[in-house]
Amino acid sequence: MSTAPSTVGPELSTRRPPAFGGFNLTALKLEVRRLLRNRRTLIITMIFPVFFFLIFGLNSKIANQSAGAGSHGNISAFVLISLALYGAVFATMAGGAMVSIERAQGWSRQLRLTPLSPAAYISIKVVTALVLGAGSVATLFIVGLLTHKASMPGYLWIVSALCVWIGSLIFAALGLFLGYLLPTENVMQIISLILTLLSFAGGVFIPVSQFPTAVQDIAKWTPLYGLNQLVHTPLLGNGVDWTWAVNVVAWLILFVAGAIWRFRKDTARV
Amino acid sequence: MTVTSAVKDAWPPGGPPPLAVDLTGVSKRFGHVQAVRDVSLQIEPGEIVAILGPNGAGKTSTIDVILGLSTPNAGQVSVYGMTPRQAISRGLVSAVMQTGGLLKDLTVRETVEYTASLFAQSKSPDEVLSRAGITGIADRRVGKCSGGEQQRLRFAMALMSDPELLVLDEPTTGMDVEGRRTFWTAIRQDAELGRTVLFATHYLEEADAYADRIVLLRHGQIVADGTASEIKAKAAGRTVRATLPDASEGALREIPGADQVEIRGDTVLVHSSDSDAVARYLLTRTQARDLEIAARGIEEAFLALTGDDPLPDAMNTGAS
Repeated sequence: MSTAPSTVGPELSTRRPPAFGGFNLTALKLEVRRLLRNRRTLIITMIFPVFFFLIFGLNSKIANQSAGAGSHGNISAFVLISLALYGAVFATMAGGAMVSIERAQGWSRQLRLTPLSPAAYISIKVVTALVLGAGSVATLFIVGLLTHKASMPGYLWIVSALCVWIGSLIFAALGLFLGYLLPTENVMQIISLILTLLSFAGGVFIPVSQFPTAVQDIAKWTPLYGLNQLVHTPLLGNGVDWTWAVNVVAWLILFVAGAIWRFRKDTARV
Repeated sequence: MTVTSAVKDAWPPGGPPPLAVDLTGVSKRFGHVQAVRDVSLQIEPGEIVAILGPNGAGKTSTIDVILGLSTPNAGQVSVYGMTPRQAISRGLVSAVMQTGGLLKDLTVRETVEYTASLFAQSKSPDEVLSRAGITGIADRRVGKCSGGEQQRLRFAMALMSDPELLVLDEPTTGMDVEGRRTFWTAIRQDAELGRTVLFATHYLEEADAYADRIVLLRHGQIVADGTASEIKAKAAGRTVRATLPDASEGALREIPGADQVEIRGDTVLVHSSDSDAVARYLLTRTQARDLEIAARGIEEAFLALTGDDPLPDAMNTGAS
């Protein structure tokens, strides 16, 4: 039997694990690039919101009307915020749901042969989702500024954009949950369908107040309702209803619990 | 970042270097299937070891335990004196798996860069691309690469951390003869630098050509462990067949040179690398008659050693 080459010894003791469990900017950059290479993701996060804003947000019959009694802006601004929420939520869901594609392609298993820790992996997914979400909100808001129809005070442009962006983070948890739940490479199709349903139900496309009363009662329990109400609050200046906050917190807890449950199942040592 | 206690413990100043792989009494069960049974395997740094066996012999299960991808139901695993996870997080161990493990939407170079970014210390992406012979396809999307190209990409990723131990699980499955040769040439050049290599294969000729040592697995157990020539000597040889009523297996095993004995009714089969001695013994010291001597090829011998006929002790496995 051959014996140990003497060069192996000292080498061994100099080996160390990476900082931050392997979280790093190169991986983040490549993850963002991957998301942008997915045509569906790109269309839904960057092009759809702009397209619908150009149709509905610039509709001259309603665009310049006030968004409501006591509000600080017009309907065009209201529609801008709604569509930004739609784009940002898809971005964060897509970022989370990438894990499904990675599980299907065996990449998750490959990563277990590297120093990357599960926490660092999830962090990369969530930050990637936020970067895409920021890109989506920024693109739409720049279109809103350039088209000169949407009107609200300067600070509200920033506050609304931040509310949408940070709020959309809740849906990164739903994306992760679905990503671990659905072992499919077609996960993006599924989440775009889910988001469209949630957006209608939560009043993102049509205000819930225009639904029949019975439907309104159901709509108020759906995941996008609370967040949609909250992100419009700065513009409408109508105060916060505590049920919106309860809606947001309850769904966040459910999504995180679901994601943790599936994640544990997925990474359990067999 | 400081060296953790695990490494310090493994490295008492002036002490002997730890084994690259140390499995003691490892067993792994999936439901009612006993994939690995009481395997003990010690690999010294610098060895090139083949785990040889047919499909279902427990090769992948054994490798998964070494890599920490699965936890054994019984037994101890240590890699360079650490747990597999500790060794992997320090870039000491890397692996080339059979299939999957690649993102189709990244290019070859991006995949290597991604892998490099996860290690505290790593080689340059250009260097590993060139060592794996895929510099020319660096900008190609992974999804557009052939099976052989993807396998060389996996090899490039495995080289990234400059590991002490490289584990390859049936690395040439699905490759054509030429692809196989190119792949092994790259591995062999790499091993000459002193890296420890452990690979699983079901091709005897691969194990013979590239390993210093062959561990034969059958039904999750090690049935032979030695150099290629030792295994071949054991596997080759001839079988002496004779009619011998009321033969006792114990007595037959006492025949000089006999390494395998089988009794089928009145017929006995004795396998030996010195069939002349066995024949002489049977004819002069026993009542044996109708003697036949048959040679068997290496492939056939390998099948005999690892074949699918159940081992007597394989029957009483159940849940334990």
